Amino acid sequence: MVKSKTEYKLRIPSQTENLELIRAFVGLVANKVGFSEDDIGKIELATDEACTNVIKHAYDPKDQKALDVAIQIDYQKFTVLVTDHGKGFHPDEIKIPDMKEYLAELRVGGLGIYLMRTLMDEVDYKIRPGLSNQVRMVKYFIDKDDSQLVQKRDRK
Amino acid sequence: MSNFQVKRSDEDQLSSLRVAGFLDAHTAPILEREIQKLLDEGRFQILVDFADLGYISSAGLGVFMGFIEQIRTNGGDIKMCRMNTKIYRVFDLLGFPTLYDIVDDLETAREKFFQTSLNKGSQDNQK
Repeated sequence: MVKSKTEYKLRIPSQTENLELIRAFVGLVANKVGFSEDDIGKIELATDEACTNVIKHAYDPKDQKALDVAIQIDYQKFTVLVTDHGKGFHPDEIKIPDMKEYLAELRVGGLGIYLMRTLMDEVDYKIRPGLSNQVRMVKYFIDKDDSQLVQKRDRK
Repeated sequence: MSNFQVKRSDEDQLSSLRVAGFLDAHTAPILEREIQKLLDEGRFQILVDFADLGYISSAGLGVFMGFIEQIRTNGGDIKMCRMNTKIYRVFDLLGFPTLYDIVDDLETAREKFFQTSLNKGSQDNQK
């Protein structure tokens, strides 16, 4: 069984205008490894949601910092890692938010997180305050009782 | 450059917005401005035609959530039609079909507005 891992990386300015490019990047790689149109759509959308959260919340909008999107492929799964180098939390910096705005954002942001969890098989976070925040999303090549896709990959 | 367009057409009380391209966090403000313009003009019956939309993320859905309360308070509604399967799935995953009328074609969507205003009229008469 193949144990090696292939990795694809995209470093891109953290701006909403780049979401289309990010979706194209993950979509092309997902297509290359043989996912169905349906699964490609799910991976694109989940990645968009993760990156949108970073662009909207991790950085000061004036800072044009980089956002990293990495794809790791091994024999059983397709993993998308979205990493930002946002400043992280410091208790002194937390201001009391405008509640109306906060709730509206939470409601919409909450939709994105819910979608990520629904569309992908696994979603988790690695937060290193002040250094980096990472969202990891996994899609397996096979359902428990369906090995067609793995067979398709092995033939390539 | 943006890969999203909104084309508006008005017919009596009803305003139709035909959306095309990709609706994500980058392009959602374009739709937001268009709907805000309708509300500023006092137009609250809004039909959104998704026939040419290729992609939507939660930022796009958030636009509809952001306005619906104000629209319904003013006796109006947002009704949606002609979504492809991929777009409908996103709405469905988030439970939108229970909150909004989502129908297959333009004619049914128009009829829904007509029925709503008829019902409203008969309710008003009964008062």
